[in-house]
Amino acid sequence: MIEVENLTKHFGPKFAVNDLSFTVKPGEVLGFLGPNGAGKSTTMRMITGFITPSSGDARVCGHSIVDEPYLAKQKIGYLPESAPLYNDMTVIGFLKFCADVRNLSGPAKRDAVERAIETCFLQSVAKQSIDTLSKGYRHRTCLAQSLLHDPEVLILDEPTDGLDPNQKHEVRQLIKRLGKSKTILFSTHILEEVDASCTRAVIVDRGKIVADGTPAELKAQSPSGSLHDLFRELTTHDSAHSAA
Amino acid sequence: MKHIWTILKRELVSYFTQPTAYAIILIFLLISLLFNFTFGAFILAGDANLEWSFLFWHPWLYMLLAPAVGMKLWSDEQRNGTLELLGTFPIPPWTAIIGKYLAAAFVWLLALLLTFPIIITVNYLGEPDNWRIFSGYLGSYLTCCVFLAITMLVSACTRDQVVCLIVSVAICTLMVLCGYEAFIRELAKFRVDFLVEALTSLGVWDHFRSLTRGMFRYQDMVWFGSIIFTCLLGTSAILSAKRA
Repeated sequence: MIEVENLTKHFGPKFAVNDLSFTVKPGEVLGFLGPNGAGKSTTMRMITGFITPSSGDARVCGHSIVDEPYLAKQKIGYLPESAPLYNDMTVIGFLKFCADVRNLSGPAKRDAVERAIETCFLQSVAKQSIDTLSKGYRHRTCLAQSLLHDPEVLILDEPTDGLDPNQKHEVRQLIKRLGKSKTILFSTHILEEVDASCTRAVIVDRGKIVADGTPAELKAQSPSGSLHDLFRELTTHDSAHSAA
Repeated sequence: MKHIWTILKRELVSYFTQPTAYAIILIFLLISLLFNFTFGAFILAGDANLEWSFLFWHPWLYMLLAPAVGMKLWSDEQRNGTLELLGTFPIPPWTAIIGKYLAAAFVWLLALLLTFPIIITVNYLGEPDNWRIFSGYLGSYLTCCVFLAITMLVSACTRDQVVCLIVSVAICTLMVLCGYEAFIRELAKFRVDFLVEALTSLGVWDHFRSLTRGMFRYQDMVWFGSIIFTCLLGTSAILSAKRA
């Protein structure tokens, strides 16, 4: 369960996220759509406790990320946008380190690492050093890290970015499968993914929500019945920015 | 506490799977022993307490080499984006700061311990006061720890390792020079007593030399302790300011 209440973040006079509120219930997969710079990553960074909100709050499983960051963070599995990793470690070494951080030990730790490696198809590179991995494997290693502790809430920032079509398909299937039991918030600007794996989607533009609903509802809002047209209609184009 | 160990372990793996730690330890051993037998005139002076022939050179070496060990601590995290992982893990920020600091301090402890042949040598050749040697080593190690803490503070400010190295070397060099006898003697000619006193107690020599002479003074411990503590606190403040 994620409850975002009036979340706001401004950097100087510029609002990155402006009074955003939404809720993601268990069993729901919320697609977070929006053009580049709409505030998607900033919102996710605030929900995961990496940056502090200027005002407002986010609750993860009832724990406020501002007041009880330690409890809230334990419930979250997070894949940051650029899939950052410690390049000097091996894949399995990195996952073991993350398991330690998550307070897993003994057989529970071994099982968790094995399961994450299997889920993300990392068997062939498990003993390889991370700096020798290709982009797809790097991304999946970071995804594996977010699944280790079997979190109730998954926050994935562009989980399919940089993957090949086969891998994209796998990850979408994975999100769909995990979504049955978990609360998932994931951002993307690939609109097909909304149909493929979301139960609900919100479109944000310049830090505000401009549309919210199931994929079918969103399509109904557009005269042509296409998500693409709705997206283009509701969000600010870069050309409009430069004209303004 | 457990998390400090987790972070410490990861940093140590990183130091010792890369050539960094080996290179720095080796260079330190070679140069400190080379100086001992050449400029230090170890044999000629018969300096069994290692005060002038050996330990005297340590601050000069640390001011160049200690930043090389500490420079990656936070700048690397910021450059690779792994700070975002660390920031969203359910661990208090200070555990990561202490874990990382202890890892760097351990590398130097190892380097210093590996100079043990010189202690065997003086005990074989003469009759040194081993407590005084111990006190000298303690002074040497604490000086190194002060430089590491300064480097850590600088590395929190920048994502560029080279900038961190240059700035920390500059600060450490100033700290070595401003208490150095030749410099203080020149300064004393201007007859500004408070300035002479201030710079003497700010520089490392006053505190380092009292320990190499075998003197335990509370004021030195306060000097070492407060600089290290302030730098770690500053690191924490800078890192959390960057996330705000």
